[in-house]
Amino acid sequence: MNYRMIFYVLGWILFFVALFLFVPDITALIYSESVFWIYCCVSLICLLAGFIITRKRPENKTLYAREGHVIAALSWITLSISGALPLFLTGEIPSFIDALFESVSGFTTTGASVVADVEALSHATLIWRSFTHWIGGMGVLVFIMVFLPLSGATNMHIMKAESPGPSVSKLVPRVKKTASLLYSIYFVLTLVEFVLLLCGGMSVFQALNTAFATAGTGGFGVLNTSIGSFSPYIQIIVTIFMLLFSINFNSYYFLIKGKLREAFTTEVRVFLLIVFLTILLITINITGIYTTEDALRYSAFSVASLISTTGYSTVDFNQWPEISRALLVLVMFVGACAGSTGGGIKVSRIVILFKGLAKEIKVMIHPRQVSKIQIDSHSIDHETVRSVNVYMVCYVLIFVLSLLVISFDDHDMVTNFTAVTATINNIGPGLELVGPTANFAFFSDPAKLVLIFDMLAGRLELFPMLLLFTPATWKK
Amino acid sequence: MNIIIVGCGKVGDALAEQLNEEGNNLTVIDPVPAKVNEVATKYDVLGVVGNGATHATQQEAGIQDADLLIAVTGSDELNLLCCLIAKKAGNCQTIARVRNPQYSSEAPYLKEELGLAMVINPEQAAAAEIARVLHFPSALKIDTFARGRVELLKFKLPENSPLVGCSVKEITTKLHCDVLVCTVERDEDAYIANGDFVFQEKDVISIVASPRNANHFFKKIKYKVNSVKDTMIVGGGEITHYLCEILLRDGIDVKVLERDEKRCEELCTAFPDVTVIHGDASDQSVLLEEGLTQASAFVSLTNLDEENILLSLFAKSSMDGKLVTKINRIDFGKVINHLDLDTIIYPKNITADTIIRYVRAMGNTIGSNVETLYNIIKGKVEAAEFIIRERSPVVGVPLHQLRFRSGVLIAAILRDRKVIIPRGNDMIQLGDAVVIVSNHLALHDIMDILE
Repeated sequence: MNYRMIFYVLGWILFFVALFLFVPDITALIYSESVFWIYCCVSLICLLAGFIITRKRPENKTLYAREGHVIAALSWITLSISGALPLFLTGEIPSFIDALFESVSGFTTTGASVVADVEALSHATLIWRSFTHWIGGMGVLVFIMVFLPLSGATNMHIMKAESPGPSVSKLVPRVKKTASLLYSIYFVLTLVEFVLLLCGGMSVFQALNTAFATAGTGGFGVLNTSIGSFSPYIQIIVTIFMLLFSINFNSYYFLIKGKLREAFTTEVRVFLLIVFLTILLITINITGIYTTEDALRYSAFSVASLISTTGYSTVDFNQWPEISRALLVLVMFVGACAGSTGGGIKVSRIVILFKGLAKEIKVMIHPRQVSKIQIDSHSIDHETVRSVNVYMVCYVLIFVLSLLVISFDDHDMVTNFTAVTATINNIGPGLELVGPTANFAFFSDPAKLVLIFDMLAGRLELFPMLLLFTPATWKK
Repeated sequence: MNIIIVGCGKVGDALAEQLNEEGNNLTVIDPVPAKVNEVATKYDVLGVVGNGATHATQQEAGIQDADLLIAVTGSDELNLLCCLIAKKAGNCQTIARVRNPQYSSEAPYLKEELGLAMVINPEQAAAAEIARVLHFPSALKIDTFARGRVELLKFKLPENSPLVGCSVKEITTKLHCDVLVCTVERDEDAYIANGDFVFQEKDVISIVASPRNANHFFKKIKYKVNSVKDTMIVGGGEITHYLCEILLRDGIDVKVLERDEKRCEELCTAFPDVTVIHGDASDQSVLLEEGLTQASAFVSLTNLDEENILLSLFAKSSMDGKLVTKINRIDFGKVINHLDLDTIIYPKNITADTIIRYVRAMGNTIGSNVETLYNIIKGKVEAAEFIIRERSPVVGVPLHQLRFRSGVLIAAILRDRKVIIPRGNDMIQLGDAVVIVSNHLALHDIMDILE
């Protein structure tokens, strides 16, 4: 384990956190808020710490796969703690655990909040919460990698540990070039949404926040009613962009290149099919409660919000009929496409799992049959199938253990179940007590810590966090 | 540049490593997913699994935007097919590895008719390199610039050499030799030598000189300068085939030991003048019986690297002549250097170097470009030959007035068949070929040597 190098990368993380903190800094300055000094101080401390650590470059710069995972996990923890500092120090979130919960929820693009009255927060804190979504959505390390002088193989290990999905595919030979291409797409899409929201009559501040939070598929709102009190036009724009940000970014690259066939992969098609079917079923189910037009808009928004793992809401879907609630919980698990900013199990994994299941059943009928799982006329190698299976086992295990621990708080089953679902899939709201109009403040500190772990594990695809707690990782 | 490499074997891997380091965008193709995966995680390259000779796979690898396709799979025919299809599918140059002697003899025809940029035969290139050191056994390695008019020689100082304790300056002042010391390797370090550098025993020294001056210099420091008279070769593969061809032409007696009877017959049909022995060289009595102790050179070219090393170690203990060892697969460079095995040949590096030389020259758009390129010390120091075709700030200025980057050495200037070992007052002129030794890898242009 190359400790020196890990430390060096963490130094860079602090350095970049300091830069990121300039965003709330400037906001506070514009609105002449007193929290300016606190944001400024935290920023300077991070800058100084980062500067001291990164001043001396380590001689041995080789990183292997395990260091990649450890760096990813430690970076996110560093990021979360330093992001929680200003929230705590400004006194807007008085408990540190709560501040950490909010910060982790921000960076992991979960959007689960412990703040009951969002509108009471300062502008600086609001934009910081949304901005953490934007940073966390695409991955901090991937971003930093574009600037850091590391070798290609090193970058690949880090990218593998941080990117969502069962396998990492590069668009162009160079990792750095790939990362900067993806970030350009991310940036442009965010900008387009920002402009469209402005056209819909949002203020610049609201539009910026909403654009950041949608892009990262986060879900922190600036109003207590989330998106509910905005015009139907804005709700539709947000619906569309939530879906856009949960599609594999590689698809956009291929679209620009004019390669339609590569753009609409099986994963994207399955994703769109699931979205279409659930919207249809829920619309039919809730048409009695609302007018058809409203029903369509509300169901589309809720499905988009939950499958993209954003977690915005326009209505309290907790009040809907059971079948609609069940469908929403199901899409929570499905999640977005691999290579997007969304969380969840990922459509590509679901596709591999189902095809694997079909294959196993075939093998039971014809025990000697040789067959391979094929997606987009490429056969999926055994290694990938195995890693998806292991991922699922791991996912269920973490899920069950988390559920068990937070049940000590003695809330009802649906609350506990959906609270874990909402955090491990990086969504935000669940049902009942953690429904779209409620928040996570009522959980005890140990339960919050478990949920914090779930959020980080969910964002980093489980394994980096598990490696961190495996003794063998640290053995020489 | 965008480069596609078909085949992730030894050469493919070595090429990917070096070309990637030089900042090219690489895509590698191989039908075995595990191999592609290995190369794609080791270096920053894109991997495509599939048959490189199919249009679909090449398209997936981005043949439309590629500048160059290098086919280095194990099969000659496949390599040629890859190049043919790439030529039609995209607008790129192509390089094929062709190792079968039957095709090799037709290399110029293939190049011309199939529109290949380069046909490389690793075995032939390796044989040529072995032949060079056999002609001049005191050197560990000989590379040539400007069609042999300048040589880059690497040799090791024995314990009782008169050069031990001398400084670099004294080669000119005391020995009156016109040679230029480029680099000195001592233990794990490599130095670009300046005038005050003092030699120690066991230093490995690289010098640049014209062949005649080099001869003179080696006579002065009491080295053997005559070509070997006879050679014993173990292993009768392709390299042996090409090597026999060259050595017989130069009148050197060749004895080949080969285990496989059929191969023995093929060799002795092809070369009636070669003494072909059917026997197992790992049996030391066979070697001794065939006169190992009297041989003036011993070349081990079997397919097993480990066997080659052992054979050379045995030969070293029982004879006092030139040793050449082929190492194809294994890495462990440090350990091998410690074994003190005289000359070691790495065919995969020779191939990779030849191709990289071509790629460098291709990447050049400015007037001067890389003509020849050698790795003096792998990954640390290289020597490159540039031809000055256009006016640039280095032309017409006395060298001592130019501000060179540190670690850059002008080793030789070639002007109208004359070799100049440059001193401070010499000038580079238009039309010169300049040999530059440098520890800044990937010099692409003559301008890169200035600060």
